[in-house]
Amino acid sequence: MTNEDVQQGGDRFPPTRRSVIEAVHSIDAQERERALEALCAAYWKPVYKYIRLRWNRPADAAQDLAQGFFMELLERELLDKFDPRKSRLRTYLRICVDSYVINEDKAGRRLKRGGSVLHLALDFSGAEEELGAAVMDPAAIPSPGSLEEFFEKEWVRSLFALAVEELRELCAEKERTRTFRLFEAYDLDGNEKISYEQLAQEYGIAATDVTNALAWARREFRRIALERLRELCGSEEEFQREARAVFGWDAK
Amino acid sequence: MKFISDRALERLRDGAEIPALGGTHYRLLERVARGGMGVVYTAEDEKLKRRVALKILDVPGMEGDLATRLIREARVLARLEHPGIVPVHDVGTLADGRVFYTMKFVEGKRLDQYIASVNSVPDRLRLFLRICDAVGFAHARGVLHRDLKPSNIMVGPFGEVLVMDWGLAKILREGVLHTARETGPEATILERPMSSAAAGDTTEISAVTEHGTVMGTPGYMSPEQSRGDVANLDARSDIFSLGALLRFLLTGKPEEASAPGGARLEKSLGAICAKATAPAPAERYPNVQELALDVSRYLDGLAVGAHRESIFEKTARFYRRYRFFILLIAAYLVMRVLILLFMHR
Repeated sequence: MTNEDVQQGGDRFPPTRRSVIEAVHSIDAQERERALEALCAAYWKPVYKYIRLRWNRPADAAQDLAQGFFMELLERELLDKFDPRKSRLRTYLRICVDSYVINEDKAGRRLKRGGSVLHLALDFSGAEEELGAAVMDPAAIPSPGSLEEFFEKEWVRSLFALAVEELRELCAEKERTRTFRLFEAYDLDGNEKISYEQLAQEYGIAATDVTNALAWARREFRRIALERLRELCGSEEEFQREARAVFGWDAK
Repeated sequence: MKFISDRALERLRDGAEIPALGGTHYRLLERVARGGMGVVYTAEDEKLKRRVALKILDVPGMEGDLATRLIREARVLARLEHPGIVPVHDVGTLADGRVFYTMKFVEGKRLDQYIASVNSVPDRLRLFLRICDAVGFAHARGVLHRDLKPSNIMVGPFGEVLVMDWGLAKILREGVLHTARETGPEATILERPMSSAAAGDTTEISAVTEHGTVMGTPGYMSPEQSRGDVANLDARSDIFSLGALLRFLLTGKPEEASAPGGARLEKSLGAICAKATAPAPAERYPNVQELALDVSRYLDGLAVGAHRESIFEKTARFYRRYRFFILLIAAYLVMRVLILLFMHR
């Protein structure tokens, strides 16, 4: 008997996208670019915030450094050196960021990057708002020990934000915008007092509809987040480990 | 893009953990526990109207190592039909891609929690014999548990004993070993093939896992399992764990108390534990039945094979065993003496 003999409880879980770690080595330039864009989309915000806090850089300098870092990642093919058996991708990237900032300081060159190869609109002002301060208060800077934790948390936040955005697009595509609004109201706005009954009243639907809508949205959110995560991992083992960390399953 | 607050992060995580049971005939009731690779819930089987335990992997996919292990664990359980081994009902994949299996819902206490309510040594030993019975049965079917410890033993409301968590079990079929393992947070990793002595009936082919890891629980794991000594891992490895379990039942600790003031075992029981947990597999009991037999002999007041008694110990044991008759004869003799003395006055 093989694993395929095991009964399917519903729709089959869809096939996953190729890992960016594999894709950056592709001979197809488009695929390489897509991989870097996926990587950049998930990591730019944590990298930017990390530079702001860890290196205590003003917003404009941190923007240059964050953009420069992703260019460096591409130009120097840093991902080629990543070995998923030795470390996690996000740890590797964080160490690369540190080296990059140190090298930039040494070289005294803080070049303004223009004509980005990566076609991503990086919303730095949004990231600034999230950081909650235009000028960094030194007291607000986490200790070196907790900076790793900070980077990881920001990376999870970034991954979840991407998954939520993708879920929003999926809901729009499937004409389930109400489902997304319910999901937003209950799971994203963090209003602990709101109940399924209140949401049902507000939207003029039955409470069971709210239950079903939220179950669907959560399932899709989970699927999308895991797909994104798998894409950003170098191996199945790393993916399993990362999934447990990202969803906090180890801590529960 | 919407900013995800810390509170929303937690809510999303909590929401993502809830399994999608649509398409199955199970209705989720409550979360019971979290293991190394997934969560255990109670659910209602809506067809049979009964409560079951539902074990679900965290991460979706049928191809991953963990999914393979979970399915194998279910299959190991399915081939072990014994009152002391929790029966598996169903295995499958949820709509969200996660592999699950359902098993009998055991309402009871873990051995480490239950044992406080059992005060007498003979009762504890009888409990141990029931564990031996289940493990011996598994060995006879060519299955090693490899993670026997108090938290993997459940005691039901009627005192029934169930050996749980066969995730690390190793089974032999047509000369090939299959391995499966759930990584518990407290488990150290160790996985290895076993030698042909398991259950005394097999020739085995070694199969170290691809990541070369080994699992077990310190204190209960045999030295060869800890060392990763592939050639020497067999049924006697489980016997080591049983010995540690016996010591736990009697003293509260799996290891021998070295510090003064630690709980001391009676010599015969101490010898049984020592033999079962001997560092060298060859010095242990060759099989579970022999271990159980020694414990039974102790319960019956007979000499145990693990301990060579001195003349004083033999006398003391003889006295304990036949105390009633000895006291009866002594009383008779005393009375006779008293009667004789009275008559000679």
